[in-house]
Amino acid sequence: MKITTNTSDAAPVRRSGTYFGLGTYLGLAGALLAMIVLFSSLSSHFLSYATFSTLANQIPDLMVLAVGMTFVLIIGGIDLSVGSVLALAASAVSVAILGWGWGVLPAALLGMAVAALAGTVTGSITVAWRIPSFIVSLGVLEMARGLAYQFTDSRTAYIGDAFAWFSNPIAFGISPAFIIAVLVIVLAQLVLTRTVFGRYLIGIGTNEEAVRLAGIDPRPYKILVFALMGVLAGLAALFQISRLEAADPNAGSGMELQVIAAVVIGGTSLMGGRGSVISTFFGVLIISVLAAGLAQIGASEPTKRIITGAVIVIAVVLDTYRSRRANRRN
Amino acid sequence: MSVPANETVLAVSGLGKTYAQPVLGDVTLELRGGEVLALTGENGAGKSTLSKLISGLEIPTTGRMLYRGQPYAPGSRAEAERLGVRMVMQELNLLPTLTVAENLFLDNLPSRLGWISQKRLRQLASAAMAQVGLDAIDPDTPVGELGIGHQQMVEIARNLIGDCHVLIFDEPTAMLTAREVELLFTQIERLRQRGVAIVYISHRLEELQQVAQRIAVLRDGKLVCAEPIQRYGSEQLVNLMVGRELGEHIDLGQRSIGAPLLKVDKLCRGDKVREVSFEVRAGEIFGISGLIGAGRTELLRLIYGADRADSGQVALGQPPVPVTIDSPKAAVKAGIALITEDRKGEGLLLSQSISANIALGNLGAVSRAGVLDADAERELAERQIGAMRIRSASPAQAVGELSGGNQQKVVIGRWLERDCQVLLFDEPTRGIDVGAKFDIYGLLAELARQGKALVVVSSDLRELMLICDRIAVLSAGRLIDTFDRDHWTQDQLLAAAFAGYQKRDALLHDAAPRMDA
Repeated sequence: MKITTNTSDAAPVRRSGTYFGLGTYLGLAGALLAMIVLFSSLSSHFLSYATFSTLANQIPDLMVLAVGMTFVLIIGGIDLSVGSVLALAASAVSVAILGWGWGVLPAALLGMAVAALAGTVTGSITVAWRIPSFIVSLGVLEMARGLAYQFTDSRTAYIGDAFAWFSNPIAFGISPAFIIAVLVIVLAQLVLTRTVFGRYLIGIGTNEEAVRLAGIDPRPYKILVFALMGVLAGLAALFQISRLEAADPNAGSGMELQVIAAVVIGGTSLMGGRGSVISTFFGVLIISVLAAGLAQIGASEPTKRIITGAVIVIAVVLDTYRSRRANRRN
Repeated sequence: MSVPANETVLAVSGLGKTYAQPVLGDVTLELRGGEVLALTGENGAGKSTLSKLISGLEIPTTGRMLYRGQPYAPGSRAEAERLGVRMVMQELNLLPTLTVAENLFLDNLPSRLGWISQKRLRQLASAAMAQVGLDAIDPDTPVGELGIGHQQMVEIARNLIGDCHVLIFDEPTAMLTAREVELLFTQIERLRQRGVAIVYISHRLEELQQVAQRIAVLRDGKLVCAEPIQRYGSEQLVNLMVGRELGEHIDLGQRSIGAPLLKVDKLCRGDKVREVSFEVRAGEIFGISGLIGAGRTELLRLIYGADRADSGQVALGQPPVPVTIDSPKAAVKAGIALITEDRKGEGLLLSQSISANIALGNLGAVSRAGVLDADAERELAERQIGAMRIRSASPAQAVGELSGGNQQKVVIGRWLERDCQVLLFDEPTRGIDVGAKFDIYGLLAELARQGKALVVVSSDLRELMLICDRIAVLSAGRLIDTFDRDHWTQDQLLAAAFAGYQKRDALLHDAAPRMDA
């Protein structure tokens, strides 16, 4: 990834703490590779086209949610409502198609708009009353889930194959959904590292008061980040509908934790100010390969959860250790 | 436990403390039982350092202390307290959600197998509160529900539990109302009569004359005198605190001062800033002096829109036209910059690179359609690194790794790039070594030469006298007077700084104490 490394060899300078360089990416890639090697040696079926194809088609929703969450964590916030908002968007799509007879495109846009609205609500309340986003999004989590149940009468709404093209592989086992998710990741990384908006987000997460006193109003940017999180939850809802051919009001339940875990494994700081979308992508891959691998070797559900939990804790401990070391240098 | 009155309880000799630079040197002083010693001096004269050495919060670099005839070298505050040397800090050290009783005995709650024995706790607390004459307060009241004055009494009561032979008060009346101050003085008198040696730190001369028998004045970390207080009048005391000639001189070059560029009219915020009005002209360096807490930082923040003013008006330009500044964003747009006192907390993104910090607030100039131009950003950083002589390895270095002086230059460099017409500097040379200080003075002069209007707040009076064309003095939130260069003396400036505190009139303490914390 030459995005952030193009000046790294210019001088023997210790880099600023937000730097996500080749070293970080190599470390994450190494961890991923080690897992793949491990599972391949434990199960002869693991390293196969089928595993790869299944993975690639299952993770697009997790990928785009994790991108949004990376931005939210970078500004020092958190959004617990993403799973519910996903379900809310899906149920809005189902109502539009089944209830009102809308076409696929307007229904999809409606779903994303509803999700964007939910994110905007979270962001606006957080900013306007200076409440921790943790609490606001916890409330929105409940409200969105309730609305999803209301829209669908608590039943899974069968939509059919209108969205199926999203997740049908077009080449090398890769679906349009996966390609879109990868594009979202690339675009988001560019936004984060190369745009004024991205720079403000990192500034806000590092020291919001300094940003404000530099003459920049941080509030609209913070709201925008939550709105963006909503849009991406809406996109994830479309991916899910396409895979399940249905809108499930229970969809995405507990997914927020999986998303946050992926982002944190990637090394984005829960304290804000430091993060990378590319690292998040590695985090998503690590957590997904772990799940797939454990399933392949026949690990029981309890075992899977115990091991996944342990991996999250280890990742955070390593991250804390690393940022403490960086702080001590300052 | 009491000591016969006027016997030496604590004797310090040759006491000194050096951090990066010496802050206290060769202080020899006696504290006597049954006597209140007033300790005073300018900001940074070493009052707090001396009291911290005595109460075990800091370890002296040189010198010895003798406490009740024994060598005394406390390694920690706890050790000093055990021996009976205690200090009531400026910031109260109480837990507002716990009760008075729990706060009093937090380090030694009477308990049985971990269960707090409530009855015994209440008895002990009542006895302790009676010592400070506050038996009327129910020990079960949460501390947060008490007024600041009573909270301070609780803090004092806590310090009187167990042995107490030396009690230091650090600016105890800063937050008290007139009535609460009376209450405090009554208690101090009771303690004095019990034979406690009391050190009372304050710059409110009126109070010192009221409460103390002896006065010790520190100046530049040296003890200037320790004499009975009746010998001095207010004016003589001010002279004692200042009493030095201006030694330094720098040539800041020729400047021409133009028409008014910034006009501040009757700016008010609570009791911090009261109807402050002044004008600053193009090419002028306008100093604002005053004691800590006089409202200087608050005034700058109001002008900059970082806090909202209750009333008042700011006008800008030539001629100045009224502008509405309700946020820093609006201030910057109008051409005002603020270089904050707290660089690390409010000015910089410490973990970020120099170039990111300089570019913050200038991103419009180094981007196109919202996309950053990395080359332009680096160029901008390199330009300021060169112009400001920032010592760094590269523009990519994290700002947190730079020295204080270089950090300050990064903040200033950010604003120079914006070409603001009015620059507000809050303690621009705090925590900066001498060499870098002179760099910054030169820079201020250069900015003034370019026709900008500069407002500089500083606690270092000599610094202001060195660089300013005019100096306004704030005291207790009011602008007392404005002095022209060649028409000021250090005595006048200092007398003005104390003016608002001399008469403890209704103005100073009419507002009920607020619980902001």
